[in-house]
Formats: sequence, C-alpha cells, structure tokens
Amino acid sequence: MLTGRAFKFGDNISTDHIIPGRLAHLRSNLPELAKHVMEDADPTFASRVKAGDFIVAGNNFGLGSSREHAPLVIKMAGVRAILAKSVARIFFRNAINLGLPVLICNTALIDDGDELEVDLAAGTVKDATNGNQLTFSKIPEVMLRILDEGGLIPYIKKYGDFKV
Amino acid sequence: MGKTLAEKILSQKSGSEARAGDIVIAKVDLVFAQDTTGPLTVRQFQTSGFERLANPPKTALFLDHAAPSPNYGLSNDHKLLRQFARQTGCLIYDVGNGICHQIVAESLAKPGDVIIGADSHTVTAGGLGAFATGMGSTDTAIALGLGKTWFQVPKSIMIVVSGNFPEGVGAKDLILHLIGQIGADGATYQALEFSGDTVDNMTMSPRLTIANMAVEAGAKAGLFAADKTTQDYLASLGRGNHYQSLFPDTDAIYEQTINIDVANLEPTVSQPHTVDNIALARELKGAKIQQVFIGTCTNGRLEDLAVAANILKGKKCHPETRLIVAPASRQIMLAAIKAGYIQTLIEAGAVVLPPGCGPCIGLHQGVLGDGESCLSTANRNFKGRMGNPNAFIYLGSPATAAATAITGEITDPREVM
Repeated sequence: MLTGRAFKFGDNISTDHIIPGRLAHLRSNLPELAKHVMEDADPTFASRVKAGDFIVAGNNFGLGSSREHAPLVIKMAGVRAILAKSVARIFFRNAINLGLPVLICNTALIDDGDELEVDLAAGTVKDATNGNQLTFSKIPEVMLRILDEGGLIPYIKKYGDFKV
Repeated sequence: MGKTLAEKILSQKSGSEARAGDIVIAKVDLVFAQDTTGPLTVRQFQTSGFERLANPPKTALFLDHAAPSPNYGLSNDHKLLRQFARQTGCLIYDVGNGICHQIVAESLAKPGDVIIGADSHTVTAGGLGAFATGMGSTDTAIALGLGKTWFQVPKSIMIVVSGNFPEGVGAKDLILHLIGQIGADGATYQALEFSGDTVDNMTMSPRLTIANMAVEAGAKAGLFAADKTTQDYLASLGRGNHYQSLFPDTDAIYEQTINIDVANLEPTVSQPHTVDNIALARELKGAKIQQVFIGTCTNGRLEDLAVAANILKGKKCHPETRLIVAPASRQIMLAAIKAGYIQTLIEAGAVVLPPGCGPCIGLHQGVLGDGESCLSTANRNFKGRMGNPNAFIYLGSPATAAATAITGEITDPREVM
C-alpha cells in the first residue's frame, strides 16, 4: 500500500511543463535539472513535494516531446505514482521503463492535497480525505512485467530479451 | 481479412500476423537519437551492459537541437555523442547537417521500414511509408543493443483527403484543421493513415509535413502509402533502389474514417498553448506578432521556403516584427541559395540560421521575451516551448508566416498574395 498526498494538475500537461527545453543544458546534470520539476505548471511544486506523494492529472498527461527526463525528474522528486484520466503514449512507456507507475482512473474524484492510499496489486485508489474509492485500468501485461522488475533496464538485465 | 499499413509493416518485421491490439516484437531498420535525448540514451545503453550496437550502419546520432551549441553543458553532450559514434561506428550527423527527421527522410528511411527515434517527431518518416515512431531514451538504448523492440499494433484511423487546395492553403492548414477536429489526444495509441485523391497528387514535402504532426493528435504513427511520388522522391535523391510499393489492403479494418474536402479549408492557425486550439488566420487579424519563425521538421523544406520567398519578394518585414528562417537541412539550404530564396528572404529582412531546429525548443537562436508572441511554422505551441513560459506561440503555414512578417499581425496570406 502506497500512501501520500495528491498534487492536482489539469489537462494537457506537456513535457515542456514538466521540464522545459530551455533547461536542456542541465540534462547531463540530473540533480540540478530535477530542481525544476513541473516548473512551468506549478513553480512551487518542487519545494512542496515530498517522497511518496502523487501527481494527479487530467487528460493527456505528458504529451509532447519524447524526453525521458520528464518522468525521470518526477521520479527523482519522490513521486511514487502518476494518476491521470489519460496519458500520452511516449510518456507512458517512458515512465514504466523507469519503474514509475502511471495509473489511469477518474481523477475528477480526487482533490488537491487529499491523502491517497494506492494499492497497486488490487488496482485501487482510496481518497482518504473525501472517502472516494477508485479503480484504475489494467496495465498491459508486457508493461506490468517491466514495472515489476523496476524498469526496462533491470528487466533486460534479468531476461536478456523481451518476453511477450 | 486485409491489413492496414501499420499491420502490414509490423507483420513483416515481426514475422507474425500482426493485428491491431496485438503485442509484437519487431526488428528495427533504423534507430536514432538527437543531442538532447542522445546523452541519456548512451548512458542507458552503457548501464544496460551492452558492449556493441546491434547494427552500427543503421544507428544514427544527430546534433541538431543545439546547433551550434549555445553553452558548455550542451557542448559537453555533443562531445559525448561524437565519442560514442567513434567507439561504436554508428553514423553521426554533426552540427550544420540539419534536423534529424529531414535527414532521415532524405538519406535513410525506406518504405516498409520500422524506425524508432528518441524524438517524438520521428513520425515524419511515415510520409515515405515507414512505420516510424518516437520513444524515450531507455527504449531507444535497448533497441540499439538488441536491434528490436516491442510494439502494441495500433488501431488505425483513415483520413480520406479530397479536393484541390484553394490558393494560399496547404498541407499545414490541413493537418492543423484535422488536429483541431479530433483534439490533441484524438489519436492516442492509434495510427493515422492518409489517402484520397489529394494525397495521391501530393509531392513528398507536404506528406512529410502532415506525417510530422500526427503525434500532435497523440498518434503513434502517421502513414502514407508508398507510391509513384515516393519512388520519384527516392530516385531524385539517388536512392531509387530503396523503393518498394506499399499500400494498405482494400478490406483493411479502420477504427474510423474521417473525410476532409480541402476545397473548404482556409488558412488555419493554432493559438496558445495547445495545438488543437485552432482558429482561422482571418479571425485572428489584429493579433500583434513580434517574431515569425519559418523552419523546423514541419515546414523547413525547399517548397516551404519557396512559398515564403514568393510572398516576401520585393517586400519588407514589418519594422516591429523580426523574421527568422532555418532551412531543415544543408541540402535544402544549398538548393534555396541556388534558387535565390535565401537572398529574397534576407533582402526582406530575415535572419537566416544554419540548418537545424533553430528556436523551436527554446534553447537558442530566437528565445522570446516576456509577453511576446511568435507565429511559427513549427509543430508545437506549448507554454514555455520557445524558451519563455511568459510568451505566446501561434502555429501556421509558411504562407501565413510570410504574410504575418509583412504586416506584423496574424494575416491571412491571401490578403498579401
């Protein structure tokens, strides 16, 4: 069971909101880059987020660039999972490849600052603040196995190849 | 039962009967990364324990996003990529060659290929009938080592395009109109496939423009059949032997079909801060523009520069509007010089940049000031995209961009043609 606070965002949060191109010169200096996580969506996020918290977003989270630095700095901030109504394709793969769960559920039932309890195995999210109980969509089998190994690199190191 | 283009290509490259929804492992014909995603790709490749590339001559690195580099952080990233290329024997296209997607189209992509790139606009090569899609650095790193990756075979949406474009209206207006219609997530996890008499009669340049922006509707790929146009394009580049014809089956299953008659289109613009926030150029008359940018993997090709040069010939940019032009590749820049387009644009007041991504992602060469607005021929207008979250980006065609440069406000190109 994962527990933490919800940081709520709207629809169409792009990878430029998460970590903009103007900071590309910091991409080989990840600790510095990570200080800017979500800067163009909420400049106070980086200073408020704590290990174990959740990003809770609307539709099409992570659209845009393929930059894997976007889920990477979110993970480095200690965010334990992203909950969204829907997520862009490349971001989805990138997050799973880094071992960061992305859970598709009706996030309209969660408010900013709510305390959440996420049960990955059962596929449920409980909003302990307002009492709402949500279920999230099943993650495709191949991605679930990658997630179970903690990401694509540990998965490939273990199996040496894709197992589908 | 017939197959879509995506199903055909993924069947061939996976050696299985690939149907929409299936998970397949497919051989990749080309893997590439660029200078802002490549360093992480190299590090993930090394962390994975790979010692060599699966296919060095089919692996490419491009120094295009920060070209030439504006600061030492990116210069060091360039050094890392050059060193990796020397060590592994992969292709490297250094500063000045141009944008990865344009070079892939000119020199590397073939119909029927599976191409993955650590850049979301890898979909551009769909214009040549390649199943080309963007991935992150870790997926790309693993494909560098294994020579394959996994895919969920996408469902496909058929876009049937008919009619003749009115004067001043073109491929960019069409794709902006489509994205406005289906939304920025209208094709998520799916492929867009384009057909119809307008597409049959299109040259390669507009096909690449349209395929390039498939990802702005969330699509995994934007695909065109490989036909006589594709054959002629490859032959013109000395790659006639890379051609194979490739068409979807007539009884293929599509998730939906969308019909667009381009005769009804008008010059179209995306407004800040999402691509699907469209309006007609004439509806935005009066919106002041401080910077016009013509270039990128969407609209930095010779035909695009020709359209802009024809509109700007003998005219001057508005005194409060700067015009920045970046040809998409060295080959295009040379051709544009030979054709006189570069001289025309410079005489009109343009700053001409070296081939590359220019100011598109906000790294250099035209970062916007607070409160400024740019009309760009690029593919994205997200908040902060051009280096400043307090600036505003509108997207339009090369014709709309050129007209806007003259008047200093968003202008329907038919007003100045």
